[in-house]
Amino acid sequence: MRPFAYVSAPDVATAVRAIASEPRAKFIGGGTNLVDLMREDIEQPDTVVDITGLPLTEVAELPGGGVRIGALVRNSRLAADQVIRRRYPVLSQAVLTGASGQLRNMATVGGNLLQRTRCPYFYDRSAACNKREPASGCDAVGGFTRGHAVLGTSESCIATHPSDMCVALAALDAVVEVESIRGSRRIPLVEFHRLPDATPHVESEIAADELITAVELPPLPLAATSRYRKVRDRASYAFALVSVAAALEVRDGTVNAARLALGGVAPKPWRARMAEEALVGAPATEESFLRAAVAELAPAAAQSENAFKIELAERTIVATLRQLLTEGGAA
Amino acid sequence: MTQVENRPLAATFGPVVGRPIDRVDGTAKTTGAARFSAEYPYADLAHAALVYATVSRARITGIDIAAASAVDGVLSVITHLNAPPMRPPRPVNYMNLSTLASGTSVNYLNTDEVYWNGQPVAVVVAETLDAAQEAARLVSVSYEELPAAVDFAAEEGNATPEKNTPMSSGSAKKGDAEAALAAAPVSVDLRYTTPGHNHNALEPHATTAAWDGDRLVVHEGTQNVAWVRDQLAWRFDVPAAAVRVISPYVGGAFGGKTTIWAGTVLTVLAARVTGRPVRMMLTREGVYRTVGGRTPSTQRVAIGAESDGSMTALIHTSVTQVGRAGGGPEQVTAQSRHLYDAKNILVQQHQVTLDTLPNTFMRAPGESIGTFALEAAVDELAYELEIDPIELRMRNEPERNPIDGKRFAHRALREAYARGAELFGWSARTPQPGSMRDGRWLVGMGVASAYHPAWQLAANVTVRLAADGSVLVRCGFHEMGMGGATAQAQIAADALGVPFEAVTVEYGDSALPTGPGAGGSGQTASVAASLLEACDKLKRSVLALASRSTESPLRGQRLSDVRARDAGLYRTDDARGESYAAILGRAAQVSVDAAVGSDTRLGSIVGQARFLTRFLLENRRWTKAAAGAQFCEVRVDPDTGEVRVSRWLGVFDVGTVINAKTASSQLRGGIVMGIGMALQEESLVDRRTGRIMNANLAEYHVPVHADIPPIDVFYLNEPDPTMPLGLIGIGEVSITGVAAAIANAVHHATGKRVRDLPITLDKLL
Repeated sequence: MRPFAYVSAPDVATAVRAIASEPRAKFIGGGTNLVDLMREDIEQPDTVVDITGLPLTEVAELPGGGVRIGALVRNSRLAADQVIRRRYPVLSQAVLTGASGQLRNMATVGGNLLQRTRCPYFYDRSAACNKREPASGCDAVGGFTRGHAVLGTSESCIATHPSDMCVALAALDAVVEVESIRGSRRIPLVEFHRLPDATPHVESEIAADELITAVELPPLPLAATSRYRKVRDRASYAFALVSVAAALEVRDGTVNAARLALGGVAPKPWRARMAEEALVGAPATEESFLRAAVAELAPAAAQSENAFKIELAERTIVATLRQLLTEGGAA
Repeated sequence: MTQVENRPLAATFGPVVGRPIDRVDGTAKTTGAARFSAEYPYADLAHAALVYATVSRARITGIDIAAASAVDGVLSVITHLNAPPMRPPRPVNYMNLSTLASGTSVNYLNTDEVYWNGQPVAVVVAETLDAAQEAARLVSVSYEELPAAVDFAAEEGNATPEKNTPMSSGSAKKGDAEAALAAAPVSVDLRYTTPGHNHNALEPHATTAAWDGDRLVVHEGTQNVAWVRDQLAWRFDVPAAAVRVISPYVGGAFGGKTTIWAGTVLTVLAARVTGRPVRMMLTREGVYRTVGGRTPSTQRVAIGAESDGSMTALIHTSVTQVGRAGGGPEQVTAQSRHLYDAKNILVQQHQVTLDTLPNTFMRAPGESIGTFALEAAVDELAYELEIDPIELRMRNEPERNPIDGKRFAHRALREAYARGAELFGWSARTPQPGSMRDGRWLVGMGVASAYHPAWQLAANVTVRLAADGSVLVRCGFHEMGMGGATAQAQIAADALGVPFEAVTVEYGDSALPTGPGAGGSGQTASVAASLLEACDKLKRSVLALASRSTESPLRGQRLSDVRARDAGLYRTDDARGESYAAILGRAAQVSVDAAVGSDTRLGSIVGQARFLTRFLLENRRWTKAAAGAQFCEVRVDPDTGEVRVSRWLGVFDVGTVINAKTASSQLRGGIVMGIGMALQEESLVDRRTGRIMNANLAEYHVPVHADIPPIDVFYLNEPDPTMPLGLIGIGEVSITGVAAAIANAVHHATGKRVRDLPITLDKLL
């Protein structure tokens, strides 16, 4: 690993000042992704600013009915939170399907938002990667693409976003709060991550000197009936081939409201708005679910090895909605 | 189902052989006291890291080491431009099996040629591991790339038939199988493919090397201390006696530590260059880049049968790869010579040479992937015939070895299936695919045969009995976690009639009498044969000592007249006798020694010749093998194609079991590895660059706990009359047949035949 400087920040103001003065600095929370990337020489910060001492560790219900999650809440703590489990079970489930117990004990909410792709060509410095090195090319195309994206890709990048938590947050209309020396601002989660287009190295709307301080969930009664379904190559400790975060409200056999987001299929957590539109007002049947799924995946474009993801995503959407209909939300 | 493996054993095997005794090294391992190869402290220890080629076939045109050399603490950056000369590996010679020891033919850092993507092209030595790794990253290498063949699928057509050698047989035939296949009323003719696999032992390959003048001490996790010694002595041009290889603890090996790979040689070289003791533990990526794994394969299995199921033709052919710089044929068709009583048989192996990392031994090489194809094809034939797959196997169970009519030393596959079917509840299975469900899950049950030959190698052993009744067994064999030392202590305890706790076993050191390599599931039997012989010699010496005294009740007794028990020898006629302590004490002797085999130059040549003679003779007389019946139940999600193994039972015919606990663990471990092979494991070699793209445990999937159901293992415990104590090695048999049993169960659940491993969910949509 390259030598780097370490700074510990006692409060938010110090943290954002430290990062503003050092353009090649990075915040470090749990470090579960950043340290890996530094070991592989993919990330090369010359300073890491340790933010684990900041007072951003609470999960609090807000007066208006929403919930505010501090950016430094550990993944395990978030998943176990009684309010989250009762009101937003999809989020608790999504977090628990990610990584391992040890990693979840370290990983933070803010860090999870900024996870980087697991594309093997991104991780291998001998391969060309536009995300790692702008305009160097993409060796993933024509290589191993079984894990790659089918929605939202560009000619420059076909990598997937690896987070499970963010898929649930996308379905829940979460809002990300960030702060810098210029003040604070709020970014809807679905706009937080960017599609690659011609600049896959720019992965989110957050500026280099901004610190994620919190994620807010809006009051969302239908989220009480929600689930996360993750499909992967082994029973645990694997990234999603396809995942579905879904919430469903049915009245008199008709879908009254629906929230749907997909993981494993796109360069960002994929809010499935086309499917949602197709669902609302439709009879709550297997046929409607399939129609909605097919509508969402219609623009999908496959690589040599990942065409199966299109059908798998459709099937998983249907299966998740069916389960919500017949069994209700996750406990 | 209840655990059934710890059933009582027949009393004839004595008081400790067979019992589930805790492993002797268990406490040291669980408390951290056990010292592995990268944990030996040296006062002035330096650390080494490798630089790997990033192209496949190439010539190095330049290496810039300036930045690396400037890193604080770097002692040396060794490349082909400044490395001292080493002797290249010797060609293979069957009278000196240590010539098999070099994993590749590359003379590392003595050549500008690159043979595969990942070959080490420089080694950095530094005061700290961090400095070595950081500097290794800063070494910049330029190449002239040369034409390379790296895509197995594309090169398959260039494969050539394998020739037969004394150690392996690439082809065999009986009758005219193709004609019989064409004439058969019912037949299947199928193609199977399996991917390459990489080794992932818990302990990555690690070496600590220290020179003292021309004397070398190497701490190395290995399956063959003698091969490492001989190979290093040759490469660095010092006498074998000047090299000591110490390897008491090996953190898993599975074939990956049988031969010597770049890390070992280059650590010794780095120590030579810097004059410091040097440690190198490969990173996980380093294991993938420099240590061979299992070849990919394509296989054809064709079976012709009468309508009653009796096989008239069995054809099994294979294509595997070797590296341009080493590797060897994988005996993919081996089990197809032994399992079915087909009237006509044809087996033929082919290889294609690629510019990739040479393949090596890995977890039952040959039979692992060979039984996948054969046993899946037999299941397909059973469905064609509408005969139960177990019944079909029983109708074709041979009386003699099918390919050549040799006698089986032992064969109990019928009993294994009968017992397994009963324990597993096979009769509850409805044969129609998709006919069994559990809620939303599709349920499937499958079986397959396991088969692995029983090997025995030469082993030199000494045994010392001290006047206090303690016993010291010395043999340079290897303990990679399977419980070898515990098993040998049990054998010695019974042979000499002393308590298990009185026996100490020394192993894992080239300074000991030369033991067998740990491989081919042959180590326990190999050591046991010599150990039993040595114990007999020792008891004869003790009898002779006793006979010197007119007072001894043992005077004039022969070995066959006495029994070793209660730390002494006692007559079988009237139970009179004496303790060892009494006999040795009266003779004023501190200890009695016995040896089998010799490590003198002449002794080792004689030993090698004796071994080869016996090997060839025994091979001519007998077919010896471990076998078993694998039963599995899977659940398949009908929406997503996810496969979960929900139940497992393996019933094994492995002769006498020495230790019920370690044996069961080893059998279970093989089944776990088989589940990984069936559902997950695959080395992803980029067809454009020959580079392994998933060189880490995040992307190269092996099973996690949640993938593994309760595994029941049962062994028949019938001794093989041709093997020492009747034992047959159990190291590998239990991985064989696993992938086929799963593929067959998946078919039963879904109606889909997946003939291409791993069985990932996309193949079931």
